[in-house]
Formats: sequence, structure tokens, C-alpha cells
Amino acid sequence: MAISQKDIETVAHLARLHLSENEEQEVLGSINSILAMIDQMQAVDTTNVEPLAHANDAARQRLREDVVTETNQRDNLLKLAPSAENGLFLVPKVIE
Amino acid sequence: MLNQGLTEISRALTRGDYTSAELTAAYLERIEQHNSGLNAYITITGEQALSQANAADALRASGNAGPFTGVPLAHKDIFCTTGIRTSCGSRMLDNFIAPYNATVVEKFNQAGAVMLGKTNMDEFAMGSSNETSWYGPVRNPWNRELVPGGSSGGSAAAVAAHLCPAATATDTGGSIRQPASFCGLTGIKPTYGRVSRWGMIAFASSLDQAGVLTRSAEDAALMMNVMSGFDPKDSTSVELPVPDYLADIDKPLQGLRIGLPSQHFAEGLGKDVELQIRAALAEFEKMGATLKEISLDNSHLSVSAYYVIAPAEASANLSRYDGVRYGYRCNNPVDLEDLYKRSRAEGFGAEVKRRIMVGTYALSAGYYDAYYKKAQQIRRLIKEDFMRAFAEVDVIMGPTSPHTAFALGSKTKDPVKMYLEDIYTIAVNLAGLPGMSIPAGMVDGLPVGLQIVGRDFDETRLLNIAHRFQQATDWHTRTPGV
Repeated sequence: MAISQKDIETVAHLARLHLSENEEQEVLGSINSILAMIDQMQAVDTTNVEPLAHANDAARQRLREDVVTETNQRDNLLKLAPSAENGLFLVPKVIE
Repeated sequence: MLNQGLTEISRALTRGDYTSAELTAAYLERIEQHNSGLNAYITITGEQALSQANAADALRASGNAGPFTGVPLAHKDIFCTTGIRTSCGSRMLDNFIAPYNATVVEKFNQAGAVMLGKTNMDEFAMGSSNETSWYGPVRNPWNRELVPGGSSGGSAAAVAAHLCPAATATDTGGSIRQPASFCGLTGIKPTYGRVSRWGMIAFASSLDQAGVLTRSAEDAALMMNVMSGFDPKDSTSVELPVPDYLADIDKPLQGLRIGLPSQHFAEGLGKDVELQIRAALAEFEKMGATLKEISLDNSHLSVSAYYVIAPAEASANLSRYDGVRYGYRCNNPVDLEDLYKRSRAEGFGAEVKRRIMVGTYALSAGYYDAYYKKAQQIRRLIKEDFMRAFAEVDVIMGPTSPHTAFALGSKTKDPVKMYLEDIYTIAVNLAGLPGMSIPAGMVDGLPVGLQIVGRDFDETRLLNIAHRFQQATDWHTRTPGV
């Protein structure tokens, strides 16, 4: 399967990445060569093969008791923000 | 003392040959002299290191020292460290100071280790040459025109050039084993779930695993004893008892059954590398092991499946970098969407963006079954190939890489060529198995690595095999002499 210029624009939007025209061209070429490699998989019949999401059974995601274990670190975490005020993250105005 | 490995350092500190403060100061001086030429460290933590060393010396004087008290090491800059920048090799996290320690870091701190600094790496561990780092490429101490391998290239170059006696590292598709091979080191990627991933910045969560780069198998066992084990904070951490990895390290190899995958000795493998690997295998035969040809039928599909699964997981993991909560933010965003898109465009490098794009595409509506589901089905076939092989053999061996270290810049223009670098290592991550690379020969003055793959949670045997080989040969003692 090959990807088109239009697909690149859609996917870049889904991934929230701004790509310049040059980057779009570069990504189009490289993704198509990557997809050509990936497409080797299509030659294999995988009917009735159960997908494997976890490498080993022992490492299947466990569930834990639904209790709060984190301490409140709001001020510590807000210090990492590019912009924060009064305990809130600041972003450009969303609602007029 | 800078030529000593961890085991010797631990003994020397116990005997009182020197103090941790003296050793740490000597390492810091050597880093000062040689790091600029190699670019192995992103951050050097001299002040904290000396204060950890002094505390370790005081602990030793009071009679409370363990095997790791006062032993210096470096951490890959993917492990979060409280109060010290954790960049993950990215502009995105150039200003990121984690509010907590990774479990691996915490365990070494508890054991009394001294952190010399944070090592360079491919951006978000995406690369096989350490050329995608925002902080510039790392150079191979054996020849500075060559790559050290990636993504743990900084850790590998630092250990090989004696800028630290050992370093932590991570391996998602070969990122410990391939640099170990290129730099003449011992590297181990434990079984998925053996070592906590908590505080280790995520690339592909079902594949990422922490391990080490050292100068010997014995040193690797010493580190594995500290870092392994269940961590309730990591939901994929495995609740199994951790053996003492040093207890059986001397066991004779009589009767060991070694499988050689025909696919790893086929076209593509350098003849000169193959000769070295065959000679190493003959060494194991002398020790009483038997060799048996096996087949990993689907191994040619491992790179394809990996480059769907890893980018898919990466595209989800890296969605957290939004320019709002931490990390890089672009200047003067006009609206929220512009803020997201330009922060991510400016904060991520080309390879990271490429993988986010591939992953997003593979997961997008209409393509999920053809790519992601298909790749997971292939993943099962790959795992089953290994299971079949392990019914007949105890371990699998072969070359870690088809060739020795390659020239800087020689593969950066062609992503597929770079991806195929990990042709022998990637299947091991897909199957979650433990894998090692140990120095097993030289070609034109450059190290060759032998890969050893074991059954789930059989690190004890891998370390034992590597150690016996290192008792019989001296490849692991060769150094580039920076």
C-alpha cells in the first residue's frame, strides 16, 4: 500500500505535527519505502492466528486495588509547565 | 584504577585500596578530558557524584557497606532523576527536570552507587547509530569516524572509553546489544518484565526493557542483582523471585545445547564476522557444549512487524508531549492547535516525527487490520518459532550484527537501511526473551559481538555462559585505549 500527499496531511493533523512542505515531501518518500518493507508481512497467511500484544504471559497487565497512592504534587508538577498561573496550566484562549 | 570493572572496584573499595571519593574524582577528571571528543555524556553530575561518594565512604567507615557502596556508574538519559535534567536525547525534554527517580535509579541509589552523569542516546531511543540525538552524535572510541551503535550509544562509548566502569541502558529492538557489539562490551537485555520500566521514558511499552552495558558478564550479574525484581509501580513488572545472578555464574557448560538459526548465518552476514562467530562457537564446543542448526522461519518478518508495532506504540506514548504540561513549547502560538502542532514539530527531530507518522497511519481507521493486527499476528508466529527452538536447545547463538561499526553518516539518508541494522536482535524483543551480546572477536581492529538468547527469565544461564566464555578468552579485555 502506498501513501499519498493527501494522506500525509491527514496523518500529520491526527498526530498534531506541523510539517513544512519540504518535510512533507521527505516524509512521503521515506514512509513509502518503510511501507514497502512492512508489506512483506502481507505475503504470510495469518488466518486464525491470535494477535500477540504481550510478549510473555507473566507480564500481562495486572489490576491493583482502586485506592489513591499518589501524594498531591500539584505545585511541584506545575513548576514544569511552560506557562502556569494560580495552579492552572495556561494555554491560548479556546472559547471566545 | 580506571581500568577496573565493577567487580574489581567493589573489592578494591572493600580492601581500602582507594576511597570512593578518590575514584569518583579520577573518573570526573577523565570525563573532563575525553568527553568532548566522544560526546558520550549529555549531563555530567560532578558535584552530586562527589557528595554521593563522600556519603558512601562515610557509610563504609561505619561498617555498613554493601557490594555497590561507592561504586560509580552512569545512567542513560532515559531514566528519570530527581532534580537533574532527563532529556531522552530530545529538544522536547531539554528543560525537563523530573520530580521523581526511576525505579532503576532509585535501586542503585539505595545500593549506594555514585552517578557520574547521564549518557547520550538516540532521540527517544529511536535509532541504531546514536545520530538522532538533539545533542549530536556519539563517536565510537575504537574509531571516531564510526558510530558507537544505538540507541544506547552514549552508555556504550562511555564504558568502552573508561569514562565510567558500567552504565545502565535500554533495549527496544537491539539498543543494548548492538552498541555492545560495536564497542566491544558485555550487554544484557533482560526478559520483558524482569526490570521495572517505571520512570524510564516510554518509547514502545510492550518492547522496552532496561539492562546494562559492562566490561564483563560478572559485572553485568552484579548490576542485575541490584536492578531486577517486581515493582508495583510498573503494571507489566513480573512478580517472580529474583535469583542471585552470581551464584551459578561459574557452572560448567558440559552438555549445553546451543541452537544456531540458519537465518542468522545466511546472506547478508559479513564473511569476516562469520569467521569470528564460528571460532567463538568452537570455543563453546571445547567446553562441552553441542551445536545444532535450528530454524526461525519467520525471522525475516521481524523488522517489518517491529516497524508497525514500535511506531504504533510510540505514536500513542509520545502524544503526551503537547507543549502544555512540561517540555518544549513554541513561541507565540496563535491558538491551541497551533501550540500543539508547532511545539511538537519544533521539539521532535526528523526520525521521531517519521515514526509518529508511521504509527499514526498504521493505527488510523481503515488500516488497523492490515498493519497493526497483522503485525501482532506475525509477532505470535515469531514467538512460536522461538518456543519450538527452545524445545530442542537451551540457548540460541549467532552474530549480534551482520558487520562491525559503520561510518557516521553512512546510513542516515535511508531509514530502511538503518532499520535493517537490527535484523538479528529485533525478534528477541518481539518475543520478550532475554538476550546478551558479548565480545567474541575482532575484524580489522573492531569488535565483533556474539548474541546469546535464552528462555524467558533464564538470565542466570546467559550470564553463566558469557562468564565461562570470558574465563576462556580475552576478547572482553580489549580496550580502544583512548
